[in-house]
Amino acid sequence: MLNIKNLEAKVDNKHILNGLNLDIKPGEVHAIMGPNGSGKSTLANILSGKNGYEIKGEIKYDGQNLSELSTEERAQKGIFLAFQYPLEIPGVNTNVFLRTSLNSVRKARGEKELDTLNFLKLVKEKSSELGINEKFLSRQLNVGFSGGEKKKNEILQMKILQPKLAILDETDSGLDIDALRIVADGVNSYKNKDNAFLIITHYQRLLDYIKPNFIHVLSKGKIVKTGNAELGVELEKTGYANFI
Amino acid sequence: MKTEDLKNIKDYKYGFTTDVENIRSPKGLSEETIRFISNIKKEPSWMLDWRLKAFNRLKVLKEPDWQKPKYPKINYQDLYYYSAPKSASTKPKNLDEIDPKILETYKKLGIPLDEQKRLNGIAVDAVFDSVSVATTFKDELTKKGIIFCSISEAIQKHSDLVKKYLGSVIPLSDHYFATLNSAVFTDGSFVYIPPNTRCPMELSTYFRINASETGQFERTLIIADKGSYVSYLEGCTAPMRDENQLHAANVELVALDDAEIKYSTVQNWYPGDENGVGGIYNFVTKRGACRGKNSKISWTQVETGSAITWKYPSCILQGDNSVGEFYSIAITNNHQKADTGTKMIHIGKNTKSKIISKGISAGKADNMYRGLVEVKNKASNSRNYTQCDSLLMGNKCGAHTIPYIKNNNSTSTIEHEATTTKINEEQLYYCNQRGLDQEEAVSLIVNGFCKEVLQQLPMEFAVEAQKLVAISLEGSVG
Ligand SMILES: Nc1ncnc2c1ncn2[C@@H]1O[C@H](COP(=O)(O)OP(=O)(O)O)[C@@H](O)[C@H]1O
Ligand SMILES: [Mg+2]
Repeated sequence: MLNIKNLEAKVDNKHILNGLNLDIKPGEVHAIMGPNGSGKSTLANILSGKNGYEIKGEIKYDGQNLSELSTEERAQKGIFLAFQYPLEIPGVNTNVFLRTSLNSVRKARGEKELDTLNFLKLVKEKSSELGINEKFLSRQLNVGFSGGEKKKNEILQMKILQPKLAILDETDSGLDIDALRIVADGVNSYKNKDNAFLIITHYQRLLDYIKPNFIHVLSKGKIVKTGNAELGVELEKTGYANFI
Repeated sequence: MKTEDLKNIKDYKYGFTTDVENIRSPKGLSEETIRFISNIKKEPSWMLDWRLKAFNRLKVLKEPDWQKPKYPKINYQDLYYYSAPKSASTKPKNLDEIDPKILETYKKLGIPLDEQKRLNGIAVDAVFDSVSVATTFKDELTKKGIIFCSISEAIQKHSDLVKKYLGSVIPLSDHYFATLNSAVFTDGSFVYIPPNTRCPMELSTYFRINASETGQFERTLIIADKGSYVSYLEGCTAPMRDENQLHAANVELVALDDAEIKYSTVQNWYPGDENGVGGIYNFVTKRGACRGKNSKISWTQVETGSAITWKYPSCILQGDNSVGEFYSIAITNNHQKADTGTKMIHIGKNTKSKIISKGISAGKADNMYRGLVEVKNKASNSRNYTQCDSLLMGNKCGAHTIPYIKNNNSTSTIEHEATTTKINEEQLYYCNQRGLDQEEAVSLIVNGFCKEVLQQLPMEFAVEAQKLVAISLEGSVG
């Protein structure tokens, strides 16, 4: 599904990614761990199409060169990023945002737009699975949401948009135990043989709930170690020092 | 937003001209011109005298120059003050008598005048250059005693009302443009709502400038008698021309005891091209008097067009417990300039005013909120709340807020809040990541920013206005 070859990225002449390789197949869950500033969010942003990076190397998504696709086209083709810091958009009702977003994606896929009634039914179902109060959806997007609420809202969007490749950037940071479990359940219930996850995290506790097929350690813009689920437990004990 | 719509607007879809034969006044500003206008409108002599008085006053007045947007000197001798389709020289009695070309024009503008296709539940007065060409739903309104007609007709048929109220809110000698208008005004709407009557439909006037080298001097007068209610909306468009055209209107509102007037404007005059060539100078005086106790006047404006917009729809809160409101969206793109806001003058006791202003600036445009809140010494327990928000798109545009505050009563309070934000790349990226393209993202964010004001518009127009907001900012990011 995703093939990254020798990816390099610079911002203002500063090297952030230095020859990164990664292959993700349908049905797989990959975790990326690594110290602060190692380039995790940069990787996520490059995959989802944020501007401002000078990029070398090759990224293929379903066989297509990712660089040919605009940010919204990537989203429409099923790449989803749960932001480390979800943006606040004052004045924009959360429900309106979700519906506009879903309908853009549906339109691009050649599906019919959902009318208000059917949309509300869908949103009701998905938000109750995540224990999100409906009232909260009529508030302005992310404005005044607590850290945990913002993260849950990202997962809600994922469940509504039904992406093929979901990238979660530190979605677990700042969540209490209950919220963490809800978010993990949200991921597990969505996971299937056709989609894939790239989960950026600092903590093994999330990986206790969501079993990854691979764990990669990112350091200074490169993957320096790849292992199975065991690697996370080891990292938790010893820290990154042994690998970087 | 459909690309079709966007393409249309890039070329300003209202920019066409209608080829009709015109009757014009002599060129230039003179007593002769004024006599010509008064004569062609078959006005009573008091009206001519009033005009001439204004004209004499004008000779000693100077054009104001304190506004932020500067403009090249207007040569008043180079303008026509009256231009009307020949076919409308005697006002058509029914639609069959209207020049089909003019009917076609309004159809193209989305304002069908023929009764079968008339806008749902909205009575329309259509003003083409200097004359009103049609007013719909007249009979239905007349049954309730409501008068809705052109000001020219009102001067002839409802002389007492016009005499009593014209110039009672905007005095003849108020300031340069208001006085100019008093001397040469050509047409506009007149509304009278009798006591204890709720106007059963939206009243609306559609102003269209068609002829070149012509100024439009609109005059509107709305009177809501005791305990009545009316909602009125005006819309405006003009052809694309590389000359600047002047639109200097006077609008007066009078609300008596317990009456309410809701006045909405969707202004989409031709803004000029991307290089700032052409466009309308929209220099307008709008003022409402809450003359009776418990009366209310609410202004809502969506200003997206014009090369320069310069206006301060105001409320004079004379009656005790009266309420004034001003909701404004002013959008400037490319080289457009706006200097707009309001004046709330608290005179009566327990008077309240609310100001919500949303300024959006893109391209190389400049957007200024200027507002006065004045509490006179007898206006005890009065309240004002002002909120001015500015949204910037890009680095070359400007936003300014100048609130003037005068509080002469210690029991009254004035509150002012202001914010300036920039549409940031991160917000757009977030929207793009959720599948919205750039235009959809901007439209969503901007409409969110102005929601409080858009909600004030009558339903039928809110959707249109929302589209217009998005369209006028097309191409301003990315
Ligand atoms: N737009 C940018 N401009 C300059 N430096 C940046 C920019 N984005 C990221 N960086 C730098 O790149 C490095 C990697 O950042 P990031 O990908 O956010 O790390 P992580 O998510 O692993 O903590 C950091 O040193 C960060 O300061
Ligand atoms: Mg990060």
